[in-house]
Amino acid sequence: MFSIDFRQIGIVAGKEFQDRIRNRWVLAVALVFTVFALVIAYFGSAQQGSVGFHSIDVTIASLVSLVIYLIPLIALILGFDAIVGERERGSLELLLTLPITRREVILGKYAGLAGALTFSTLAGFGAAGLILSPQIRLDALFHYAGFMVSALLLGLTFLSLALMLSVFASDRTRASGLAIATWFFFVLVFDMIILGALVLTAGEYGGAVFPYLLLLNPADVFRVLNIFSLDEVRTLYGLATVFPEALSHPATLGGVMLAWIVGPLAVAIWRFER
Amino acid sequence: MASNIVDAHGVTKNFGPVQAVKGVDLSIVPGELFGLIGHNGAGKSTLFKMMLGLIPASSGQIHLDGEAVGGPRFRDVRRRIGYLPENVVLYDNLTGLETLHFFADLKTVPRSSCTTLLDKVGLGHARARRVREYSKGMRQRLGFAQALLGQPRLLFLDEPTTGLDPEAIRDFYRILRELRDEGVTMVLTSHILAEIQERVDRLAIMEDGRIRACGSVQALREAMNLPLTLEIAGGAGLLEQVTRVLAGLAVERIDEAGSLIHIRLPREAKMPALARLATLGETLRDLQVHEPSLEDVFFGYRN
Repeated sequence: MFSIDFRQIGIVAGKEFQDRIRNRWVLAVALVFTVFALVIAYFGSAQQGSVGFHSIDVTIASLVSLVIYLIPLIALILGFDAIVGERERGSLELLLTLPITRREVILGKYAGLAGALTFSTLAGFGAAGLILSPQIRLDALFHYAGFMVSALLLGLTFLSLALMLSVFASDRTRASGLAIATWFFFVLVFDMIILGALVLTAGEYGGAVFPYLLLLNPADVFRVLNIFSLDEVRTLYGLATVFPEALSHPATLGGVMLAWIVGPLAVAIWRFER
Repeated sequence: MASNIVDAHGVTKNFGPVQAVKGVDLSIVPGELFGLIGHNGAGKSTLFKMMLGLIPASSGQIHLDGEAVGGPRFRDVRRRIGYLPENVVLYDNLTGLETLHFFADLKTVPRSSCTTLLDKVGLGHARARRVREYSKGMRQRLGFAQALLGQPRLLFLDEPTTGLDPEAIRDFYRILRELRDEGVTMVLTSHILAEIQERVDRLAIMEDGRIRACGSVQALREAMNLPLTLEIAGGAGLLEQVTRVLAGLAVERIDEAGSLIHIRLPREAKMPALARLATLGETLRDLQVHEPSLEDVFFGYRN
């Protein structure tokens, strides 16, 4: 109906970001990330009987296992009531009488929350990276930066999903239920279903489709993206043997993550404009 | 159409099988203070929301300031509209001034006007306090300040005095008078009919999704032909004298309440009754004519 006014998006985004800074959400999440990263870096090898930083590859592999649970949960909590919360409280009605379109409201909300998530992710893991930097080589730092970017992309995909749920849900209670169900499905259930199907069919069916099925889960894309970039651990997971070379390229996987950001956001806009 | 600032033609709204608004036609001229009254569920809020472009009409057309609601230039119209919802919900984390800054930015209004507006609604002293610390009345005032951002040509006020104390209500209507003098058009709803009956230029009575009547309060009174009341005060034996001089007129009822006598009679009997009462001379100490209240008119139309 109207063209997009990026100024209006910026105003809504600025308010959302400011809210998260003010209620110390960004600081709290950044602290959690820093503490976890340092604990894993220094005590990750404690089971093998040694304490202290050993290798960035092993640290990243351990962080991937943690982040795959933590970041989707944080992103879903951050975004699940972005729309339904304002609708339920009544502030959305007033907002929509102003010269701003529904599309701009969604994009502004997403941009502001994504900004908060980006800031806390980069600040949290970046602080840990700075503390570790005297002990690691430059190419290892590059790997660590790649991990940070992929962790951010993972967060942004689940934030996009959260916003979509927030538009569809009729109230906050339902939205929170949907957010928890989404987390369970992508983080816990999805892999079990695929593995179960492979085991049931003794690998006879679906073996060739398996790598493509993993692309249907942003958490798996994040895992694959990181594992393929770490020489020390890629053979450990055995994924290198089943994953087609072309599909494992970081640009391809990054593109899939971007599609996971754009897709749910587009659905959210479509639904919100109806 | 161009002379009306609000123009609605054949507007209906269906929610599934329920028709909430049924073919409403409504025109409001610039500078008018227009009231929209009706019981809960009469369709006022739905009509309001359609006029504001919050929900689309199922059929019919609404134009505000010459532009179709939801049309390609409606964004510009929204800059010239102010809206005060019935339940003002703002952002608890922001201060009063920050709240106005946020809305001013979205309306492309200079932030410098926000402080003046806060002073105007009596919130200058609380501009730096978070909205979460505001009372209901203060939130209502802040909501009103928000509606006034950008000197709107058209104001929609939904139950605007809810939660305000008598002093704040007086201030609110003072500001409304100033706005009317400046040529601002205002559409307001209220459940407190006594409060708006002397203040609106015209009003519409909505019932069951339809506009049952529309016009000035006086025009609606006359159209309803509701009886009016004469209240007289006088000395001893007044009741007998009044009953005697009014004999033969179509008087509905004469009641005595202490030193006062109330005479209820049809409008067309008013002048003959006054002429006859004048013959009582100094026996009458005082006489007042009470027109039917807006509440009487409202219930008259409902029944």
